[in-house]
Amino acid sequence: MVDLGVELAGLRLDNPVIPSSGTFGYGEDYAGLYDLNILGSIALKGTTAEPRRGNPLPRIAECEGGMLNSIGLQNPGVDAVADELLPALKAHFNKKVIANACGFSTEEYVYVAKRFDACDNVGLIELNVSCPNVSGRSVGGDPNALFKLVSEVRKHVSKPLLIKLSPLAADLSEIAAAAIEGGADGFTLINSPTGMRIDPVRRSPVLANGRGGMSGKMVFPLALRAVYDVYSRFRVPVIGVGGISSAEDVVEMMLAGAAAVEVGAANLVDPFACKKIIESLGPTLERFGFSSAREVVGLAAQTSKT
Amino acid sequence: MQNITATVVSNDEIADRIYMMKLDVGEFHVKTPGQFINIKLKTRFLRRPFSVCDQNGGVLSVVYREVGAGTRDMTRAKAGDCYDILAGLGNGFCLDNSGKRPLLIGGGVGAAPLLLLARRLAERGAEVAAVLGFNRKSDVILTDEFAKYCVRVAVTTADGSHGQKGLVTDALGGAECTYHYVCGPRAMMKAVAERLPGDGEYSLEERMGCGFGACLGCTCPTRGGHKRVCKEGPVLAKGEIIW
Ligand SMILES: Cc1cc2nc3c(=O)[nH]c(=O)nc-3n(C[C@H](O)[C@H](O)[C@H](O)COP(=O)(O)OP(=O)(O)OC[C@H]3O[C@@H](n4cnc5c(N)ncnc54)[C@H](O)[C@@H]3O)c2cc1C
Ligand SMILES: Cc1cc2nc3c(=O)[nH]c(=O)nc-3n(C[C@H](O)[C@H](O)[C@H](O)COP(=O)(O)O)c2cc1C
Ligand code: FES
Repeated sequence: MVDLGVELAGLRLDNPVIPSSGTFGYGEDYAGLYDLNILGSIALKGTTAEPRRGNPLPRIAECEGGMLNSIGLQNPGVDAVADELLPALKAHFNKKVIANACGFSTEEYVYVAKRFDACDNVGLIELNVSCPNVSGRSVGGDPNALFKLVSEVRKHVSKPLLIKLSPLAADLSEIAAAAIEGGADGFTLINSPTGMRIDPVRRSPVLANGRGGMSGKMVFPLALRAVYDVYSRFRVPVIGVGGISSAEDVVEMMLAGAAAVEVGAANLVDPFACKKIIESLGPTLERFGFSSAREVVGLAAQTSKT
Repeated sequence: MQNITATVVSNDEIADRIYMMKLDVGEFHVKTPGQFINIKLKTRFLRRPFSVCDQNGGVLSVVYREVGAGTRDMTRAKAGDCYDILAGLGNGFCLDNSGKRPLLIGGGVGAAPLLLLARRLAERGAEVAAVLGFNRKSDVILTDEFAKYCVRVAVTTADGSHGQKGLVTDALGGAECTYHYVCGPRAMMKAVAERLPGDGEYSLEERMGCGFGACLGCTCPTRGGHKRVCKEGPVLAKGEIIW
């Protein structure tokens, strides 16, 4: 038997497979489909201090091998999540979850992260500094701003703190270095990079918001490269996310340095995607000559050059 | 929601670029008319949603218009081909609201989900009337099937090439109904809502990421708060819809 257990920033997971933020809500829509306890963890929908309605419709477009979304962080606000949805999730999921904290100011990020830090079933906080669907320049692209934000949040949060970044930064290493200096424990790579589709009949973008975040198979190489670069350079805990839809993808992502992986758009196309990936992960690892998931992490990453 | 491997029984062009696909879905039973299925196509990333048009035993039918790459791909399906589908999605129409004389109003392929509704309402003893509107004669679908379950079927075409010339709203006159059910293009539904007094239900359409409530890709504002068209919809009560 292959041991699927992994360790992620001090958190022990039964297996490395986690549904990604925004594609699994707060678990409620999948709870009736299969036993959620087979999952390594669950990453919750991006959450802000106040409730948000999100962007106008259409919010979904398609492209070859993937999709675009411009949900715009629709969520009920952190108080409702912490007081109602997280306790309710315990009925379906008895492990620690990953909270995805968003904000439009340092104060907001701090408030949201603090509230999650106090929730007993939150094991780790993902600081989403890369949402492609809200206006305003994201702090995730500016090393100085990111350093300040992470340092401030770090002061108030004792749980492991992973920063979720976009792969589009000109110098991902510089951004990552700033976050680590600010006190980040690691990273979730990648958030969906922005893209667009235009409807030739209407002569305007398909998405009401114009741009949207790209996800699905087509972003896999981009995500893999980002994980490889950041892990090779910093050797910190990384969750690999982007285009994963099979156990083979999980192995590749872990070879690049991911301690665990998140599965996003694949859940939307096949609600049983995570279950299927977990079921085939053992045999797949075995086929590649591994006896545990843990041993795969970073095997293909670059050894530091001096 | 149920995940089924459905086998194509037939796939025929029933009007200009409009097809009826019959799928063997085994034991699956459509609970409520107005619910939809979401079909995985090998060539497309996202699934494609279609309202259930009818069900006979283990065979369910959908009527679809060829509009883009996905539906074009579907037109090539042959008997024996298999599709991975998610079935039993959405809320569907509320039959209990119908009263004795419900009126069904369909525009184009929007007529499709109303057929199963007509059938189930007739089975309950309602006197169902239908008004079906199309652009032209070559678009007209399902009128014979509706005639089986309805006491009256009025057909309109915008160019007058079949039935009454005009829009569905021109054929509502004198239609005394206890309740109404509508499916069709948004502009048509809005016109009907403004024209018809009394309560009714309307089936909406939005681009969908998942079709089962997980992505919030289809959330629309309503007078009853934000609703996911795929889960709390696609059928909304007239009073809730913000046109
Ligand atoms: C609940 C529901 C029920 C539906 N029932 C029917 C039906 O019974 N018969 C029928 O002909 N059509 C129906 N539609 C519309 C049908 O889903 C689209 O025509 C179809 O998805 C188009 O796919 P395509 O690849 O050919 O077009 P493309 O334009 O290439 O599709 C690109 C993307 O846009 C989406 N899309 C395009 N048009 C629509 C649309 N009108 N509504 C929602 N998504 C769209 C596609 O799903 C895909 O994700 C329904 C839609 C919904 C939401
Ligand atoms: C519909 C949808 C909603 C998303 N919402 C969020 C979100 O709220 N917070 C976040 O950090 N990422 C969000 N994402 C990004 C995903 O978590 C993931 O990083 C990205 O989609 C790449 O992975 P994938 O290719 O497996 O989907 C969302 C993605 C999708 C498709
Ligand atoms: S389409 Fe995903 S929530 Fe409705």
